[in-house]
Amino acid sequence: MVKLIYRDKEWEVRPGITVKKAVEEVGLLIEAVIPVKDGKLITEDTVLKDGDVIKLIAVISGG
Amino acid sequence: MRCRKCGKEAVMNMRQHKLALCRDHYIEWFIERTEKTIRLYKMFRREDKILVAVSGGKDSLSLWDVLLRLGYKADGMYINLGIEHQGYSQVSLEKVKQFASAHPEAELHIVDIKALYGRSIPEFARESWRGQRVCALCGLVKRHEMNRLAIEGGYYAIATGHNLDDEAAALLGNVLRWQTGYLARQGPVLPSDYPGLARKVKPFCRMYERETAAYALLMGIDYIYDECPYAVGSTSIFYKNLLNQLERNSPGSKLSFYLSFLQAKEEGRVRFKEEEAPPLHACQRCGQPTTAPGYCAFCRLVYKPSKEEVEAALEGSTDVDFA
Repeated sequence: MVKLIYRDKEWEVRPGITVKKAVEEVGLLIEAVIPVKDGKLITEDTVLKDGDVIKLIAVISGG
Repeated sequence: MRCRKCGKEAVMNMRQHKLALCRDHYIEWFIERTEKTIRLYKMFRREDKILVAVSGGKDSLSLWDVLLRLGYKADGMYINLGIEHQGYSQVSLEKVKQFASAHPEAELHIVDIKALYGRSIPEFARESWRGQRVCALCGLVKRHEMNRLAIEGGYYAIATGHNLDDEAAALLGNVLRWQTGYLARQGPVLPSDYPGLARKVKPFCRMYERETAAYALLMGIDYIYDECPYAVGSTSIFYKNLLNQLERNSPGSKLSFYLSFLQAKEEGRVRFKEEEAPPLHACQRCGQPTTAPGYCAFCRLVYKPSKEEVEAALEGSTDVDFA
């Protein structure tokens, strides 16, 4: 499985899908996050492999 | 996905520009685009002294970083608001100091609101506005202090890290309520149109928030990830989420929304009537421009002049002891 981490939330998704698809599956928008794997930025077309841990950095700030 | 320029593995894809770039070319693109924005809107020149308002967040620290790399004389200004919740002010100050220590060529001004004026922002809000409208009060204090430091320090302009998402969200809010006064003035540059009023510019106004975040991450800029605790549930974040849904279905919409608005104003295709504001005059206490008679809103908040003091100030007399 693939682990997605966003702020204090975690999800598991199936491998073999793209980052974009995974982000949408957990209810987020790719426009609002930057996916990072092993400390490196990855693009949303990257296909996720079993065991991947993807940190989704929230980009929206406000107030 | 491959970098459009060199074919290496891309780290950032920007659907809005139909452009994917590797790390090195993204950084190069980002810095060049900032420079182009500065020149496009005639924000400031190479020889001008710029004061960058830094909060410890990704936008302001990235802006300061880019301006220094471009060779501008850019000093930083951090306002310690005294927000203790989750150590917000303490952590943000540490991030700013850390950045500044790596850039000895730039000066960092730190303004401690509690030390200077006796109360932190939350304390002012509790005392004056029953704990409500903290953001409005924060904005009032920050604008006053940024203006004060810019004028006292002889800076040509204050540069803030407002990005395209900030501008588009503000524009959406202004349009939804037809705030024509704000629409008339919204733009990348707020000119200094009164003595004592500093010029304000937004060099990141064409940068997506995702783009500034990517720059900070790629450059290893350590910024505060947590939001200001008072920003939770804010209208601007709500509008940003709405616009991102639009952007998902129609890449480039946010940029087009904002830039087309600016272009329509410039070409005269749309005109917004500025509300007839009362004339500006210098605050009797601090000298900053204000529409209020006697004292500006900041001085009334901080110094709470008595009725006699206010009347004396209105008559132009300043024989009251403010100590």
